[in-house]
Order: sequence, then structure tokens, then C-alpha cells
Amino acid sequence: MSEALLEIKDLVVEYHTDEDDVHALNGITLSLDKGETLGLVGETGAGKTTTALSIMRLLPKRIGEVKGGEIRFEGQDLLARTEAEMRLIRGESISMIFQDPMTSLNPVIRVGDQILEALKLHRPDMSRAEQAKKVDEMLEMVGIPAARKREYPHQFSGGMKQRVVIAIALALEPRLLIADEPTTALDVTIQAQVLQMMNDLKTKLDTSMLLITHDLGVVSQTCDKVAVMYAGEVVEYGRAEDIFLGSRHHPYTEGLFGSLPGLNASAKRLSPIDGLMPDPTALPEGCRFHPRCPHCTERCRAEAPAQYLRNGHMIRCHRMEEEVR
Amino acid sequence: MAAPLLEIQNLKKYFSTPAGQLHAVDDVSLTIEAGQTLGVVGESGCGKSTLGRTVLRLLEPTAGKVLYNGEDITRFNKQRMFQARQELQMIFQDPYASLNPRLSVAEIIAEPLIVAKRCRSRAEMNDRVAQLMETVGLAPRLMNSYPHELDGGRRQRIGVARALATDPRFIVCDEPVSALDVSIQAQILNLLMDLQDEKGLSYMFITHDLSVVKHISSHIAVMYLGQCVEYAPTQELFAHPAHPYTQALLAAIPVIDITRRGKQLETIQGEVSSPIDPAPGCRFAPRCKYACEGCIAGRMELRQLSAGHFVACPYAR
Repeated sequence: MSEALLEIKDLVVEYHTDEDDVHALNGITLSLDKGETLGLVGETGAGKTTTALSIMRLLPKRIGEVKGGEIRFEGQDLLARTEAEMRLIRGESISMIFQDPMTSLNPVIRVGDQILEALKLHRPDMSRAEQAKKVDEMLEMVGIPAARKREYPHQFSGGMKQRVVIAIALALEPRLLIADEPTTALDVTIQAQVLQMMNDLKTKLDTSMLLITHDLGVVSQTCDKVAVMYAGEVVEYGRAEDIFLGSRHHPYTEGLFGSLPGLNASAKRLSPIDGLMPDPTALPEGCRFHPRCPHCTERCRAEAPAQYLRNGHMIRCHRMEEEVR
Repeated sequence: MAAPLLEIQNLKKYFSTPAGQLHAVDDVSLTIEAGQTLGVVGESGCGKSTLGRTVLRLLEPTAGKVLYNGEDITRFNKQRMFQARQELQMIFQDPYASLNPRLSVAEIIAEPLIVAKRCRSRAEMNDRVAQLMETVGLAPRLMNSYPHELDGGRRQRIGVARALATDPRFIVCDEPVSALDVSIQAQILNLLMDLQDEKGLSYMFITHDLSVVKHISSHIAVMYLGQCVEYAPTQELFAHPAHPYTQALLAAIPVIDITRRGKQLETIQGEVSSPIDPAPGCRFAPRCKYACEGCIAGRMELRQLSAGHFVACPYAR
């Protein structure tokens, strides 16, 4: 096995509020190899963004707490780093693109200066002229004329702003790029442009990517591996082929696919998952999915299923037990 | 053929801005038959929401007619419009912003009943509210809850119940599922389709999501910068997209097909131009790979390509 760039083991994260503890992540295990793209799929509240924030060590202070597990990046434990060390890792080795391009740029700073900021902090030995040249290069690379670097974010459209955000994230050529719903706020034709560009840049710079999205179409076209998350757990994990072509799935994954109005399929009725995502302050006993699962048995109510692994394809469901044996 | 339930004729809605006239809806003509669904698709800023609002006269049209059962509602006086509104309803996009946070679920659903004076007694109203909640799949125990206590899917069900309160025949659904997760989205789409079968409702379904629109619509109108560029029965549109913009839109959707992974997506370059005082000629021409001189000068009219299939491109076939 090639060495993993990022390894997450049994990560548990809680948010503390005045009344309750929110169980955001309940022991997730993931790994990402160099040059690969891993897709994190799931609905609102599944813990996708919490995973990303934990890797970046950007969980809200005092409220968010890592209760257990480890996050290893290139072999070193990120959770043991000091804040000063993290500051060097962020941007330099791992950088993140946030969901909403409209709010992740500073409205009163010119876009060129926002890219420059990363260079000033992380490349103090570069001369000013070199830094300015790099800013121009980055803008051109994401398809924005360098002449526009003196403009402010409000002068750009949504797609252009997201390109600027990507330019900032890639300015230091990080080895891991975390993209949290990078195209959700964009129209489809612009989304196609941005995804295309991210794919090209990823190949060019040999960056690994953790792509967070709820759009299975986007995942199928960009990711090598896919992790399906539900209620703070990874319920299914495998290569894209396993998830999209494989015959065995977690019932939640089946539900997700059944909910999609397909462009090619002509099903008259959708087959959605009944019910709602459980409240993360009071997760159900046993399998977290059992209240919504069509195959639920007594055992599912009482006992949490193990992770059944076959040929690198993991499914967390009791129904897989006899298959694996 | 029966007369269409709703006929939109040359509808225009312009907004005055300091920079000039913003052509939000520019000369759109469409028809919706009883019991059918017209899907209106397009990207943000193409005027699809404005079209929906103008059809219901929530915005006064600049020019054009909206015929409902053959009568032009844009000429109705206040009182007749009040009557017509009961049959013409709307479901809004954002289930978080479209519900009054200070009213309980029952009060929100009862509001149209009170406004339209449809119930003679409080008991009758309570029955009607309970019945509406059951229709849309809301548990009776939620009657006294407030919107902030509920999730997006349940809130959108309140929006649907409110729209149904006055027994409408036509509902404009403005991106009713865009703010919802896929599994919840599927529940709401199923609900809307069941209600249509049950009550013979007609929908104008506004969305940017082509897979949703394919699922729910019988006809589709594709809009670009205020104009309808293609209008066809759903099957026909997906089988033979004729306008270059429709083709590009279909090609840009990420479909679940891992054989296409890493392959070049066919993308259209550039972005939507400004809708303020647009230049004559085809508005898609600056992004169109087939554009020629004729496109920049010529006037684009919808023409019939085959039965029921209209396209606003002189070169499409």
C-alpha cells in the first residue's frame, strides 16, 4: 500500500452547548493517498464540515472539542501540534476552500492583496516583485485577467469570486486541498467551469483533495474514493467504482440514490428515505440509521454494527455480516 | 383541445435602475394546460422568479397579458383579483424566510382562510386546518409549534398547506426544493405530484435543477436573460435539445456516471451578460460556439421546430 497523505482514525468530536452535548462525529476513520480525491457525501448535519474543520484545527474554540482519535498528516499527528505550528501548516501544506464564495472574501481588500496576504505570511523571503508576479500568475491560472487584481470582491460575479478563493488556496501549492461544497452556490454552467478548473489544477500541482459535497453527480465525476456519512459516522467507504457500480450498499446509500430524480431514469415516483436525520444531541441506540431503515431488525435497535470490509469497500451494517464471513 | 388554463402572452417586466432598464422578463409567451406542469429552468438572474411573480401579479407586468380561463387577469380590478388570487397560489423558495416566525403552524395555515373569509366559525376553521395538515403530511401535534422548531422539509410542507388552503387550481412553485437535502427534496416532490393527481392542480415549477424539472414537468421552458429560448414537451426537450444554450445546460449537469470521471466536461465559456438595456440580437451569442454575424444583429423569434417544440435560434434543427 502506498503511504497515506492523510489518515483519520476513530475521530470523535463534540460541540458543547449550554444544555446539551452535540455528538457531531462519532469515530470516523478515513484515509487519503497522495494525488487522490476523496469525496465526503452526506446530508446537512452528517458531520462533513466538522471533519474538515477538525483537520484544519479550526473548530470553534471552547464549543468544539476533539474527544478522541487521531488525525495524521504525512505521518505526524495534527492534534498534537501547537497553534503556532498549525499556522505554518495551514495554507502551506493544507488549505481549505469554503462553501460560500460571497462571504469568504474580505469585502474591503482588493482581491490581489488577498492572494498576496498568503504569500507575505508564508514566503517572507520572496521579494515584493516576485510576490506580485506570483499573484498575477495565480489569477491567470484560474482564468482571471491579472489586470483585475486591483478590483474589490463585489465587482466580481459568484463564479469569479470562487476562482479567487481557489487562487488563494492554491497560491502556496499545498499538498492537500479541502474543498467544502466549492460549487454549491454556483449555477451549473459555472459549476462545470470551476470543477473542470479544479481538476486541471489538481493534476498540474499534484494536490490531493478532500471534496465535501452533497451532489453525487459531482462526486462521480471527480472522486477516486467516496465516504458516505450519516449522523457523524462513515456508513460506507470505498472506491468510486464500489459506490457507484457495486451491488452491495448501506441502506442509507441506497436511499440517497433513490432520492435523486435521475436525468436518464424515468421512474415515476422517487423512493426517498422516510423520516429525518436524528437529533445529534440524542442519537438513537444501536445503528444510528435504524429508525429510517427499511431493513431494521431487533438487533439493529440494540447493537451498533461493526464495519464490514471487503476488498477495501467498507459498509457499516449488520446485513453485511454473513457476506463477509 | 381544451382551452389552456393559463396563457401568458408577450409578458414583459422591466425594472428601472440608475444604469438603465433592466429587462428581467422580455416578451415571454407560454401556455399551461389544466392538470399539467410547466417547468421553467434557467440560471440565476435569467428572470424565472420574476416571471412567476409577474404571472400572479405580485409584480405588475410592464406589458403583455396573462389569460386565466380566457380572461386577462392583468386588467382585473382589485376585487376580481382578490377572487382570482384564491385560485392562483404560490409556494416560495426559502422555507426559512417565507413563514412568519411569530405565528404558529396552525395560524400560518389559517391565515389565507381568514383573509378570504372562507370559514364561518372557529370550529370549521380548525377542522379545515387539521385537514390541510393531514393532506401535506404534518402531524397534528405540530399545530401549536412555531416554524423555528421545525426542519426545512416540514416548513416547506407548511408552505404547501398554506398554498392549498383556498383550493387553488394553479400554483407557482418557485424553487420549492432547492433549499432542502436530497432525501427531503424527494419527499416534497412526491407530495406535490400526489396532490396534482388528487386535485388536478396545475403547476408552474421554477427551478435551476434540470433533473428535478425533468421528473415533475410535462413541458419545459428554458430561459436565458429574460427570454424563453426553448419550449417543448419534457421528453422531446431531453431527447432533442435544439438551442445551443439548452445543450450546454444539459452537458454541464454532473450526472452519476463514473466512466466520465476525469474526462473533459463540455463547458461553455464566459458568464451571463448584463440584463440592463441588452443589445439586440441573440442574448446567448457572446457565449455560443456557433455564433455568427447574423446572431448579433438579427431578432430572435421562437419558431416551431416540430409539433410543440419551439426554439429561438435560427440555426437550430
